[in-house]
Amino acid sequence: MSVDNQWPLWEVFIQSKTGLPYKHSGSVHAPDGEMALQNARDTYTRRMEGTSIWVVPTDAIVASSPDDSGSFFDPSDDKAYRHPTFYVMPEGAKHI
Amino acid sequence: MNTKKALFEYCIRIGDNSMILGHRLSELCSRGPILEEDIAITNISLDLFGQCRNILTYAGEVEGKGRNEDDLAYHRPEHEFRSVLLTEQPNGHFGTTMARQMLFSVFHYYFYKELSKSNDVHLAAFAAKSLKETMYHMRHSSEWIIRLGDGTEESHEKMQEGLNKMWSYRHELFEKDAVDEHLIELGIAVDTAKFKDAYEKQLEEIISRATLEIPEEGWRATGGRIGHHSEYMGHILAVFQSLARAYPDAKW
Repeated sequence: MSVDNQWPLWEVFIQSKTGLPYKHSGSVHAPDGEMALQNARDTYTRRMEGTSIWVVPTDAIVASSPDDSGSFFDPSDDKAYRHPTFYVMPEGAKHI
Repeated sequence: MNTKKALFEYCIRIGDNSMILGHRLSELCSRGPILEEDIAITNISLDLFGQCRNILTYAGEVEGKGRNEDDLAYHRPEHEFRSVLLTEQPNGHFGTTMARQMLFSVFHYYFYKELSKSNDVHLAAFAAKSLKETMYHMRHSSEWIIRLGDGTEESHEKMQEGLNKMWSYRHELFEKDAVDEHLIELGIAVDTAKFKDAYEKQLEEIISRATLEIPEEGWRATGGRIGHHSEYMGHILAVFQSLARAYPDAKW
């Protein structure tokens, strides 16, 4: 494996419109938070994708392990009652 | 003084600065120190070319001889270019590129801020739009200077070297002649003397945050605004204009 001599990695989350959730867009290398913001702006918002950016050190993200996927996610397979499909959506409620 | 002629000259000066600096930055496309920075520098170059296209198109309209942006960009000889010498200086190492960018972008920021109040509606709208781009250019280059200056021993040394090299070129940005005076009187042009102190103060602040030394004042660059360019300009134009000259009116 090659030695990673790059700057630390940051994950980039972009909010496309006020009120909408931030979505993961990708990652950038940067020496610190301010530079990570700038790099994220230059790399991921060139075509008006966003109105706000979060950057998070990749190290700070705790991810579930693929080995856990059985115990984590399979139990919700057969629980249809957890889906709010029996309700009528109020008019004017967007982004749900 | 003929106002139309003065306004044409004034627009050409603004456009040529953006064009030549934009070209210098474009030379770094695919050669950036890291991928993200490569994109950042290219974005700035594109912003500058966008500004240049807008203002050269307007210059052509003001002149009224049917010249468009391409005629002005590709078919003028070196001595008709009005860019300041700072913009044509070679990229050197990254510290030099950032020093050049910061000296120019901080100027550009104050300049556009004032120009957005111009009595010429086109210039005012153009400046308001360009100001937003420029604020980012200023932030980008300042943050780099602070990090490199206040970084390792080697980065500090190189940043200082780049700053020293570019320092004396900034004076030309503030030169004034009869064209400026005439248009300032009409409320069209910017009186750059108004913000010289603020400009210098901001440079000092960035330099001090970067733990760098303010370079000594020596000679003052001059000449670009009357078409007396440094040895680099001919090479830049040879590259920049070669396609349009070899294949006039070439289309995509």
